[in-house]
Amino acid sequence: MKADESREGIEALLSKLAADATSSGYFLNPDAAFTRDLAAGLAANLRRYGYPSCPCRLASGEIDKDRDIVCPCDYRDPDLADYGACYCALYVSEAAAKDPGRIAPVPERRDAGQSSQPPQPLNPPPAAGRQPAARSGASYPVWRCRVCGYLCARENPPEVCPICKVKKDRFERFGGLVPAVP
Amino acid sequence: MQRIEGSDHGPVKLFTLSTCVWCKKTKELLKEMDVGYEYVDVDLLEGEERERTMQALRAVNPHCSFPSLVVNGQCIVGYQEAKIREVLQRP
Repeated sequence: MKADESREGIEALLSKLAADATSSGYFLNPDAAFTRDLAAGLAANLRRYGYPSCPCRLASGEIDKDRDIVCPCDYRDPDLADYGACYCALYVSEAAAKDPGRIAPVPERRDAGQSSQPPQPLNPPPAAGRQPAARSGASYPVWRCRVCGYLCARENPPEVCPICKVKKDRFERFGGLVPAVP
Repeated sequence: MQRIEGSDHGPVKLFTLSTCVWCKKTKELLKEMDVGYEYVDVDLLEGEERERTMQALRAVNPHCSFPSLVVNGQCIVGYQEAKIREVLQRP
């Protein structure tokens, strides 16, 4: 992805976001002017930082501190589940896409000190007495798509299976909790 | 801090990001309400100036999220239109 903040560049980014959203069961905010402004913010961040971090959050400019807020951010799906919109309201739930009036400010889910704490590596070396950070130390249930067998470890199943596109209600709990950090 | 002229509601300060659409909506609302205020786009600051501004923001909103609107020491976090209108209503 390269930064292109021309009108054509923003429109192209918007088309790509919309196509990606549609193909994976997500919805963009139906307010075209609002969504275009967000796309412009993403393009500006791509130019400034080299990655499209969330336009509604302050990035540090260091990818290791900002990885969780690169769009789509780590918090999008839980915010969609709880508030019907992501933090910026670029992504909205199907219900909110049909009734945008219900889109309201989403409280910040990211830890206040997050930006100064690099996320834990995926497979950190074992360290005696190490206390994992709250976010990385959480355990997640595993959800299985009964249709195609897709597995994911997260608080709730996705709205739509990213593989076979069936709805959330086709998922079942699978096995026990999976710790995020082994 | 940039000054936007408008009617006097006492000190009104707005912490924003230049890329944030909710911040933009807040600025538009204040303009529509003809409120004089000061704002700062924190993402456009660098180094010590950014750190100093973030300290001031942290004091009123520990989450350091945007927009943060400070009216008479009270901080309204996010584009809460009804609340902003209520707090800035003329006495």
